[in-house]
Amino acid sequence: MSLSSAEVDKIAHLARIALNQADVPKYAENLSNILHLVEQMNLIDTSNILPMAHPMDMAARMRPDVVTETDQRALFQSIAPQVDVGLYLVPKVIE
Amino acid sequence: MHNKTLAQLSQALHAKEISSVELTQHFLNRISRFDEQLNSFITVTPERALDQARAADQRLQNGTASFLTGIPLAQKDIFCTLGVKTSCGSKMLDNFISPYNATTVEKLDAAGMVMLGKTNMDEFAMGSSNETSFYGAVKNPWDLKAVPGGSSGGSAAAVAARLAPVATGTDTGGSIRQPAALCGITGIKPTYGRVSRYGMIAFASSLDQGGPMTRNAEDAAYLLKEMAGFDLRDSTSVDSPVPDYVATLNDSLEGLRIGLPKEFFSKDLNSEMAQTLETAIKELEKLGAIVKEVSLPNSHLAIPVYYVVAPAECSSNLSRFDGVRFGYRCENPKDLSDLYKRSRGEGFGSEVKRRIMIGTYALSAGYYDAYYLKAQQIRRLISEDYKKAFEEVDIIASPTSPTPAFNLGEKTDDPVTMYLSDIYTIAVNLAGIPALSMPAGFINQRPVGLQLMGNYFSEAKLLNVAHRFQKETDWHLQTPTGF
Repeated sequence: MSLSSAEVDKIAHLARIALNQADVPKYAENLSNILHLVEQMNLIDTSNILPMAHPMDMAARMRPDVVTETDQRALFQSIAPQVDVGLYLVPKVIE
Repeated sequence: MHNKTLAQLSQALHAKEISSVELTQHFLNRISRFDEQLNSFITVTPERALDQARAADQRLQNGTASFLTGIPLAQKDIFCTLGVKTSCGSKMLDNFISPYNATTVEKLDAAGMVMLGKTNMDEFAMGSSNETSFYGAVKNPWDLKAVPGGSSGGSAAAVAARLAPVATGTDTGGSIRQPAALCGITGIKPTYGRVSRYGMIAFASSLDQGGPMTRNAEDAAYLLKEMAGFDLRDSTSVDSPVPDYVATLNDSLEGLRIGLPKEFFSKDLNSEMAQTLETAIKELEKLGAIVKEVSLPNSHLAIPVYYVVAPAECSSNLSRFDGVRFGYRCENPKDLSDLYKRSRGEGFGSEVKRRIMIGTYALSAGYYDAYYLKAQQIRRLISEDYKKAFEEVDIIASPTSPTPAFNLGEKTDDPVTMYLSDIYTIAVNLAGIPALSMPAGFINQRPVGLQLMGNYFSEAKLLNVAHRFQKETDWHLQTPTGF
């Protein structure tokens, strides 16, 4: 599977990454090479094989429903790019 | 002082032959003298270190000190450290002062260890040469033209050059073991879930695991004992007691069954490498081990599987870097979409962007079954191979890396060439088993590592084998000249 520049643009949009247009052909080439590498998987018959998401096949651990985290908003917002009265600021979304 | 083992340093501190402040200053001096050549640290934290050293000296005075109290270490810059820049090797986090501590940092702080600083690494731990770091490549202390390996290249170089007695690393596809091999030190990736991932910036959550990088197996045993253990704050942390890794270091190797995977010792392995490792394995036989051939028939699929699973998980984990709550934000965004896209486009380096895009593609509608599901199915086959092999043998030995350290710039043009340098380490992460790399010789003055893999929770056995080997050999005692 080789990716075209247009497909790379689409993937970059899905990943919310702005690429320099001049770099797109190089990305298309690199990503295509990676996909070629990955395609070795197709030589293996995997019907009836249970997918393995996790090394231990463990289930999520449950815990009692009690508050364990305290409010640290001021601390966390002290490293934010832009905040005002306890809110994170971003460019206007709705006119 | 910088050639001593942890046991010797601990003994000297407890006997008051040296204070922690003096010891810390000694290593800080070495960093300022030598690190310009190596670039192994992103941030050096002398004030924090000397504060910790003073506190350690107090504990040593009043009798509340533990074994590691007062001993300096370096933390990989992937571990969140309260009040200290934690960059993960990325422009994205160049301005990130962590508001909390990773469990590993918390535990080693509590033990009274002294953090000298944060070590350089491939950006978001994605790389095998340390060349993807926003802060520039690390140089290999054995040869400044060579890479130190990656992604924990800064930790490996710092320990090899004795700028820190020990360091922490993380390993998603070989990032502790491969740099350990290339820099001539010992590094162990524990069983998945053994060391808490809390506060360890996530790359691929089903593969990531932290561990020690040290000059010998004994030091690794002491450090792992402190790092390992259950953590409520890590949902995949394993709740089982931590054995005393030090107590079993000297156990006999009589009758130990070592498997050599025929797929890893094939004619593809370069002959100098094969010869060096053969000599090392003979040494283990002299200690009573029995060597036999085993097979890992699906091991050639580990790299293809990994380059679906790891990018898929990374594309999800790295979606948190959006320029809104912390980290890099682009200048003058014209709208929210522009804010996301340019912050990420400008904040991430090209290898990180490649992996996010591969992951995004593999998880996108219509491709999920062909890539992600398929990869997970083969992941099970790879894991089953190990299960079968461990019915016949106690540990498996292999090269850590196909070659000794390669030159800076040698593999940066083609990502796939770089990926192939992790051919012997990646399957271990997919299976979730522990493995270590230890020094086993040199080729053209560059170190060679032997990898030992074990069944789940067999860290004590791996360290035992490495320690017995190191009592008979002196590869781990060699030091690079000029440091």
